[in-house]
Amino acid sequence: MLVADRVIAIAIMGLSAYFMWHAVALPIGWNGMTGGPGGGAFPFWLSLIMMLSAAGILVRSLGAEPTDQKFFDGVMLRSVIVVVVALFVTIGLIPVVGAYVAIPLFIFWYIRIFGGHSWLLTACLTVGTPVFLFFFFEVTLKILLPKGITEPWFFPLYAMFF
Amino acid sequence: METLALLGEGFATSLSPLNLMIVILGVTAGLFIGAMPGLGSVNGVAIVLPLTFIVPPSSAIILLCAIYYGAMYGGAISSVLLGIPGASTAVATTFDGRPMAQQGKAGLALIAAAVASFVGGTISVVLFTLFAVPLADLALAFGPAEEFALVLLAFTTFVGLGGDDVLKTIVMICLGLVLSTVGLDLISGSPRLVFGDLPGFYAGISFLVLAIGVYGIGEILYTIETSRTAPTVTPAKITLRELGAGFRAMNRMWKTMSLGSFLGFFVGMLPAAGATPASLMAYGIARSTSKVPESFGKGNIEGVAAPETANNAASTGSLLPMLTLGIPGSPTTALLLGGMVMWGLMPGPMLFIEQPDFVWGLISSLYTANFAAVLINIALIPLFVWALRMPFTVLCALVMVLCIVGGFAPSQKMHDVWLIAGFGVAGYLLRKADYPLAPLVLALVLGPLMERSFRQTLISEQGNVLAFVERPLSGAFIAIAALFFVLPLVKYLRKGGRQSVAPAE
Repeated sequence: MLVADRVIAIAIMGLSAYFMWHAVALPIGWNGMTGGPGGGAFPFWLSLIMMLSAAGILVRSLGAEPTDQKFFDGVMLRSVIVVVVALFVTIGLIPVVGAYVAIPLFIFWYIRIFGGHSWLLTACLTVGTPVFLFFFFEVTLKILLPKGITEPWFFPLYAMFF
Repeated sequence: METLALLGEGFATSLSPLNLMIVILGVTAGLFIGAMPGLGSVNGVAIVLPLTFIVPPSSAIILLCAIYYGAMYGGAISSVLLGIPGASTAVATTFDGRPMAQQGKAGLALIAAAVASFVGGTISVVLFTLFAVPLADLALAFGPAEEFALVLLAFTTFVGLGGDDVLKTIVMICLGLVLSTVGLDLISGSPRLVFGDLPGFYAGISFLVLAIGVYGIGEILYTIETSRTAPTVTPAKITLRELGAGFRAMNRMWKTMSLGSFLGFFVGMLPAAGATPASLMAYGIARSTSKVPESFGKGNIEGVAAPETANNAASTGSLLPMLTLGIPGSPTTALLLGGMVMWGLMPGPMLFIEQPDFVWGLISSLYTANFAAVLINIALIPLFVWALRMPFTVLCALVMVLCIVGGFAPSQKMHDVWLIAGFGVAGYLLRKADYPLAPLVLALVLGPLMERSFRQTLISEQGNVLAFVERPLSGAFIAIAALFFVLPLVKYLRKGGRQSVAPAE
């Protein structure tokens, strides 16, 4: 728990420094002409407060007694990491093979392989979800989801609904 | 009297077939979302918000409020049937709701929760109606200086009253404010914090992206880790006899319920407090004023009624500052505020003047939502028992897909979907490390208002910083804000003083 606390505090300090480095592109000081601070002041000084607070958390944790409490539950952490990887792979696939291939793949993986559910449930959700998404977003809201290389498959459907 | 006339006109809007259907739909969806362990009103509103493009803006807000209401009712369902709070707001309901279920009185507990929620919701909506106009009138006198002071006050309540680690709260407020500055500078229009000129950042970071990430993906990841085994569902049957017994029992608890409603309403208005502390306080008061305090925690029906009135009243209370002042009283209302801004309905006093149809339609829809929620809640109890048996993996997969597609839909940029995934993982880790997420979301929503009002004031006052304290209202807000800010410091020093005595022993 303490190690995680320190790592997160250091990460936040790093992030603050990164924000500050970007913020100085605009004036961070007092703008004498118009009155009031420049465009970079808000992000810069708030990042500084964030950095100081994170430093405070770090210093405090250095003096704290170690506890038995674990930050991650070892067994369940594996599931979390697997799901996060699957999520990132799915998002990465969407612009390439299209939402209507990537999302059913994700659902199939999640329900059948990760969740271990029956084939019937898997089939219902894998087919039902993209059909719902198509009618809700494309037909009703006219919001086109990315299709990547599968775009030509949808021309007949477009002709039918638009 | 004028309020009554306006409210009557509002009912004409909210009772139109479309809006009535929307209220029923929203309340039902909210009940299911609230009943799912792990998902509460804030998750429901975040995930459903992108889907509300399907109806006109004013109906979309009514839909989201109905979901909010439904989820507040629904939280009690899993508290009673699973012993796991459906949302943090229903924690206090498990104290007596779970023992009642184990004694075979799950049906009675659910009826008590629904009726208490209805009483809490109704009393607080009446209070809302009475306070809305005076508060909006007061807010009409606000200039940028007052707006800045009020936002500052909202943030300091997290520091002074939030109960979370003070340093971690400050980190989250600053992070939210800094993220809100991404994009184009409000005054000069030049790009800032675009991180190596990534075009996606020029439009800024939408509150929706952060909310879907943190409350959608992050929440699911958190639940995956914490839900090791599937909990057992206690069966609940609702018979006419139980309904009668429930109503008779509720009839004896008017004092507890009205106390819980008032308490919840006023606590709910504070950004840092809200439904969870309100329900815990109401539970504590009910126990300490009871003639049989030892029966609490062992299945006393009053221990279900008290927190349920308070958490529903608090959710209405948190809508009041959002609608009248433009300062949300809870993370869920922060999302509602973000949604309203997105649809061009700027909350605040001017909304009452420019869009009275919308405002009063919304307020009256809270009455109908309450009424619909209590009926649907009691009628659908068997369905909830069945739905709670749904495997968690199915829910997770569907919510994840909704987050991806819902994140893409508003801006139609994959950039936002990546941000959602990133915020999801970051939010999950921060939550595990006890960083409070509510101030982060509130800060992102209020950040632009805070910066604009600060800089506008200084420009109009030629850089005179004292302008903030010289104006009476803004000065008063800043004084209270300063008080909240030093409150934890005083507590810390007093505690520190005791600690320094300890080693001498």
